[in-house]
Amino acid sequence: MGDQLPAQVSITEIKNETPSVKTFLFDREFSFEPGQFVMVWVPGVDEVPMALSSANGITVQKVGDATGALFNCLTGASLGIRGPFGNGFTRGEKMLAIAGGVGAAPLLPLARSDCVMTMLLGARTEKELLFVDQLDESTDVLIATDDGTLGQHGFVTDLLNDISLATYDRIAVCGPEPMMWAVFAKIEGQGFASRTEFSLHRYMKCGVGVCGSCCIDPDGLRVCRDGPVFSGDLLKKSEFGHYLRDASGRKKNI
Amino acid sequence: MVVLRTGPVTVGGVALENHLILAAGVLGTTGASLSRMLVRGAGGVVTKSIGPQPKDGHAGPCVVLLDNGILNAMGLPNPSRDFADELIPLGQKPVIVSIFGGNPGEFAEVAGWFVGKAAGFELNLSCPHAEGYGAAIGVDPTLVEACTRAVSALGMPTWVKLTPNVTDITAIGKAAERGGATAIVAINTIKAMRISTGLRRPVLGNRYGGLSGDAIFPVSVRCVYELYEACTIPIIGCGGISTADRVIEMMMAGARAVEIGSAVQRDIGIFETLKNDLYAKKGVAPEEIVGCAHG
Repeated sequence: MGDQLPAQVSITEIKNETPSVKTFLFDREFSFEPGQFVMVWVPGVDEVPMALSSANGITVQKVGDATGALFNCLTGASLGIRGPFGNGFTRGEKMLAIAGGVGAAPLLPLARSDCVMTMLLGARTEKELLFVDQLDESTDVLIATDDGTLGQHGFVTDLLNDISLATYDRIAVCGPEPMMWAVFAKIEGQGFASRTEFSLHRYMKCGVGVCGSCCIDPDGLRVCRDGPVFSGDLLKKSEFGHYLRDASGRKKNI
Repeated sequence: MVVLRTGPVTVGGVALENHLILAAGVLGTTGASLSRMLVRGAGGVVTKSIGPQPKDGHAGPCVVLLDNGILNAMGLPNPSRDFADELIPLGQKPVIVSIFGGNPGEFAEVAGWFVGKAAGFELNLSCPHAEGYGAAIGVDPTLVEACTRAVSALGMPTWVKLTPNVTDITAIGKAAERGGATAIVAINTIKAMRISTGLRRPVLGNRYGGLSGDAIFPVSVRCVYELYEACTIPIIGCGGISTADRVIEMMMAGARAVEIGSAVQRDIGIFETLKNDLYAKKGVAPEEIVGCAHG
């Protein structure tokens, strides 16, 4: 494999997607499967896992030190990239994709590969809906907002009442864990957990399956290597939806 | 290739399922991941190093994969006392708790939380990149002896993991022996660095880190060989073991068992693979080959 030192990339373009989400485009493309992630090194700050939203871009919500520093970067700034790592979503022919907030990031390249029939897109409010126009070009988009400013007034799970899950051969889900847990409960109730995949987020250090920071209970699966995309079947009796571990390894309720 | 006869294995006071132990710092943060490695063939497992206070570890990058090794600087992230809960589902399994502290009192305090809850301790006197801990203590024979004594006094099997980043590793091994260690583990990572030429700075967030994996195997064999000449307590070889023949080589240098870490990165099933290659009904007795390269 050779030495896998971080690849240096320069930021060529920064797009303001929503008030809290930006896309950073690089001068270099990576070969990847939708759902895979890269470790993004903001020099002098930290390194964090980010899903690729395109072959040369990441779409980021400001949540901590590294993403905060990234938001302060200007065009031309250098970053280090390791990866892509992890698995991706299993493709189907007639897929349903379900996104909450910035969870639309890894699902956009899936939709652009022409296998998504329907996309359920949710956010807190209209301004926080991510990639509405881009997704519209590739698939049928149904929208829900918590405050009712666009689409259905309510959660993305409510949109599930309007569609028949049996229509789809695969279901791909990404979003905040409480949202994914609600989706899981509904899909599991209808017996479709085995054809549904969820993209999990856990604290990661190595990204390559050796340190163990991102292992989930009860089977010790590594989110960075065995995931980050997991079948609903594997998550049924897991920590998913209940708790996670912080950087030190202490458990925190979700 | 030389293969080993199967049979009971006890090293440094710990009864193991086989000679192959999961090394500290690899998939050792949760009880579930440790259990996964035991189910998949590890003869025993060493946990992530646990210290007196919870730590988040260093800023990233923390790990870089190299062609023939792994460079890391995790910074001893650990949940401290909360870790005891992770061990409950493991029951009586061969689980060794790795421990670090800044002085003998801290070592004893942390070990005290796990008395009766694990098969033994491994003292991390060797992490090359955590200020005030690990190798900061492990290069000083007086401190090594004092920290070892503070833990061995609790009456549990006490292994001491040594740093290779010293002029004479036997002086440290003998200090551990005097302190009541039941086994020596050699070696921890070798202090190392890589620089990103594109970004013009060291790639690790901590700048310095430790090198493990295939690249360091000749160093670990040399250290085990030297320790075997100098010490009488059992030695557990660690550093760059990725094949059954390397297990045999390490045993011929003087190791009674081995720890495997970096090789797990390439193959989570490495323990099953090594077990299949290492053991056979008509193999030799381990005592026939341990240290046979001496004399």
